[in-house]
Amino acid sequence: MHKHDLIPYLLLLGDSALVQGQRLCEWCGRAPALEEELALMNVGLDLVGQARNWLEYAAELLADGRDADALAFRRDERAYRNLLLVEQPNGDFAVTMTKQFLYDAWHLAMLQGLVGSADERIAGIAGKALKEVTYHLRRSSEWVQRLGGGTEESRQRMLAAIPALWRFTVELTAGSDNEAQLAQAGIAADPASVGAAWRQQVCEVFSAVDLPLPKAASHFYLDGRKGLHTEHLGLLLAEMQCLPRAYPDATW
Amino acid sequence: MQPGELIAGDRGARAPRGDDLARAWAVLAQVMDPEVPVVSVVDLGIVRDLGWRAGHLHLVVTPTYSGCPATEVIETDIRLALERAGFPAPELERRLTPAWTTDWISELGRERLRTYGIAPPQGSASKRSLLGEAPQVCCPQCGSAQSELLSQFGSTACKALYRCRECLEPFDYFKCI
Repeated sequence: MHKHDLIPYLLLLGDSALVQGQRLCEWCGRAPALEEELALMNVGLDLVGQARNWLEYAAELLADGRDADALAFRRDERAYRNLLLVEQPNGDFAVTMTKQFLYDAWHLAMLQGLVGSADERIAGIAGKALKEVTYHLRRSSEWVQRLGGGTEESRQRMLAAIPALWRFTVELTAGSDNEAQLAQAGIAADPASVGAAWRQQVCEVFSAVDLPLPKAASHFYLDGRKGLHTEHLGLLLAEMQCLPRAYPDATW
Repeated sequence: MQPGELIAGDRGARAPRGDDLARAWAVLAQVMDPEVPVVSVVDLGIVRDLGWRAGHLHLVVTPTYSGCPATEVIETDIRLALERAGFPAPELERRLTPAWTTDWISELGRERLRTYGIAPPQGSASKRSLLGEAPQVCCPQCGSAQSELLSQFGSTACKALYRCRECLEPFDYFKCI
């Protein structure tokens, strides 16, 4: 078990949190209500902070002179290792909350597995993040139920959002070989347990308001863990990285 | 003194004196959280350790939330306050483990939050926050227990938004984590 094997895993955690956080921040100034605006930005901020913690660790292991900012702002899409789910556009509020919920359920299960990691640094970052993500999941679960069991309009929107995002969930229930090995070494969360916990959580929340649970998603030809992304990530990065790339020496 | 020593040498380094640590703690008790300027970093419970290492003051600081934008400001404030009090180049170590919990906020800190208009966290973090059990939060203005949650997220990462049903005023609640 070499420390270098950890890097793709740290990037999966860090990049997913960063991209999801960036998507949430796109709602800034456009949320349907003030309380929602605050909540979306709060969750986004938590995720960007967590991303920094993961990327700092990845940068230390890479030891090639790059820091967390360099990893976030100067890597191209093929070098990003985030889940395909989180790079999908925000769509309407039903899509945003469904995406958030599907991600939160995975994120919580991952962190629960990681707080006991044999790698103390990972356990520390996960322990911190777990408290925050518990709040995130509670909120997104409530929204899925409120929209799913709300008006005819909100339910229709949920019924459209779920199948539109579902194919990307294949990544939440299966990990790479590298992850399975890391899990055996007691460092990573066991991908099979994470997948099972994720499916159970989604099933519980959906069934409470009678939202149909689609059958397990099957293999998708793109793979975020390998840097094979949908076209949406490039556009997101273009916006996120524009300033630091235009002014590479800027500090504040 | 050899040439160059003045530039290259660690001029600020010195041996600790008897009341140094007590004095440093007193300085820290005056460094306020920028978002809640009545609660000091000591009362907030984020200064986990204070000691002397290689001729300098050495502090361990634990951030409240992963993405808290006040973290850097707080660290700079701490550094400046200690420099001004005669502790050159204090060394700050950021530590995540064990994760910060609202249980570490002192009694004085809780009282000051309340008088500032922010309801302090209720009960112990271990029992409440994970189960989603709604805490009974008393209004910091009128003291009534008749309050309701408006939003689980407030003006900063550490707060939720409540409303008092007696005096009808909205208020911030410091979340249990």
